Amino acid sequence: PFASFLLFSPGPLPEMHQMMRQTCRDYADRELAPIAGKLDKEHLFPAQQVHELGSMGVMAVEVPEELGGAGMDYLAYALAVEEISRGCGSTGCVVSVNNSLYIGPILKFGTQEQKEQWITPFTTGEKVGCFALSEPGNGSDAGAASTSARQEGDEWVLNGTKAWITNSWDASAVVVFASTDKSLKHKGISAFLVPMPHPGLSLGKKEDKLGIRATSTANIILDDCRIPLGNMLGSPGAGFKIAMQTLDSGRIGIASQALGIAQAALDCAADYAHKRTAFGAPIGKLQAVQFKLADMAVAVESARLLTWKAAMLKDAKKPFTKEAAMAKLAASEAATFCSHQSIQVLGGMGYVTDMPAERHYRDARITEIYEGTSEIQRLVIAGQLLKENAP
Amino acid sequence: MSRVLVGVKRVIDYAVKVRVKPDHSGVVTDGVKHSMNPFCEIAVEEAVKLKEKKLFKEVVAVSCGPAQATETIRTALAMGCDRGIHVEVTGKDYESLGPLQVSKIFAALAKKEEASLVILGKQAIDDDCNQTGQMTAALLDWPQGTFASEVEIEGDKVKVVREIDGGLETIKINMPAVVTADLRLNTPRYATLPNIMKAKKKKIANMKPADLGVDIVSRLEVLRVDEPPTRLAGVKVETVDDLVAKLKESGTI
Repeated sequence: PFASFLLFSPGPLPEMHQMMRQTCRDYADRELAPIAGKLDKEHLFPAQQVHELGSMGVMAVEVPEELGGAGMDYLAYALAVEEISRGCGSTGCVVSVNNSLYIGPILKFGTQEQKEQWITPFTTGEKVGCFALSEPGNGSDAGAASTSARQEGDEWVLNGTKAWITNSWDASAVVVFASTDKSLKHKGISAFLVPMPHPGLSLGKKEDKLGIRATSTANIILDDCRIPLGNMLGSPGAGFKIAMQTLDSGRIGIASQALGIAQAALDCAADYAHKRTAFGAPIGKLQAVQFKLADMAVAVESARLLTWKAAMLKDAKKPFTKEAAMAKLAASEAATFCSHQSIQVLGGMGYVTDMPAERHYRDARITEIYEGTSEIQRLVIAGQLLKENAP
Repeated sequence: MSRVLVGVKRVIDYAVKVRVKPDHSGVVTDGVKHSMNPFCEIAVEEAVKLKEKKLFKEVVAVSCGPAQATETIRTALAMGCDRGIHVEVTGKDYESLGPLQVSKIFAALAKKEEASLVILGKQAIDDDCNQTGQMTAALLDWPQGTFASEVEIEGDKVKVVREIDGGLETIKINMPAVVTADLRLNTPRYATLPNIMKAKKKKIANMKPADLGVDIVSRLEVLRVDEPPTRLAGVKVETVDDLVAKLKESGTI
């Protein structure tokens, strides 16, 4: 196995993970951080950067080499997403969605043929995928999906609307969840692979978001969208299970994105504390500022350890649902906390676009919402705890 | 005409603020971030590019230093070098290791490995010596193309465009030769994740200077290291006459 060290050895990360983390950090520092402000301001999809990250293997970290990926483990993936997000929160989101939400379920539930057709072209950064579960009528209530799929001859015909789909305007394929039998409720949902563009599939207007503005988010409208029977992913009725398992892993990706944003906010505040003087000394000398920095550091580091633990459990093929939910909850709340405090440390400078603090604040906010709201994470954690403690 | 030797040095990272040790014997290196010397990165990139053009069969990355030097070699392997050689130098020997000893090691290795080309960074960002390439060439009695901003192989010769004070100088030298890389030679690639994985399997040979018959005793003794004096604020003057007066007053003219 790639990560062959003990869970929570007190020493440093294995050499390959350190090198991988360093190359992602170098890329983020040199290529992403300098343009992140512009990408955000102009709502620009970072196509060239996604391409470059693809050629570095970052768009398909866990995919085996034979399929065109980097062949690394989930811990490596978590490290990569954090470093990329530290440079640009939007780019980190694109990386996470492609790896965890699009490639993830196909890698786990797809046939060899589906993997070659739907994963390999999406490893290079030339194409990205997306994941369509939420609908205008249901987000947290994923089992109530009303998008339908009926069989007609040798085709599936999909009808319905999916909402809040990240990467939609830039994607070349989507994993869509639709019900083949509404009477079975969540057990009637199946997963389907749909190329983009495709007849019968259209996109709603791009949402005008508070943050992660370099990503495109829109509705996907399916109107008698016809796909071959072979485009079902996994078995009929397995869709809900596929979605939930995909989100379990996806949570580690979003936790990592949140960590990157939180760390960037902390770095910004710490740097400012050295340079800004007030009352005759750098503001870093003031206890009020020191306490904020300390609280921020604890929030980030504890969320990071939770994230790494979840990733390592997944790599060791042990259950990780509870830990992934804890990581996502902790990291997203750390991101909003750190970015809030970072603006406070910067004062007026934190409120203007000259400094990245305001962008971190706006980027952080979504991490408490997508891929399972903080409230859903709490339900997942409590559910696992109560199961463990059942008499 | 098959093998390129590339030297890579582990130095304090360029972004780190270097601090002098309280006893003034050197700079603080414990717990400080280190990385590959930027000019060595450029050297590695050039060597790998030459191999990708099929002009050479093998690129060997060499580093002299303690155990951590293997990290730097591993990065070179992740950039595309085929194998590495770690020449182990530790403790006080490492603190006193300088260009003369390193060039003796490189000269010995260049002969042992039958290298056609040795590519080094023009200088290291810690000591700024800019000597190792030149000394290595002299010890081998090989031609040298230093401060290279362009390298082209033409048969058994190397055309090197050198960045010099007056502009650019183009020379053609016979191989085997030593080339040192300057800033504008190329833009080093990022180590890709698949190449980092492949680097795991590449071999790094371990040896000591004595195995190469090299004596690394230093002829130099560092007496004291100090930080540069704090830069004082300047003084503004109104006229040229005032300026000349001030310069005379300070003894500058």
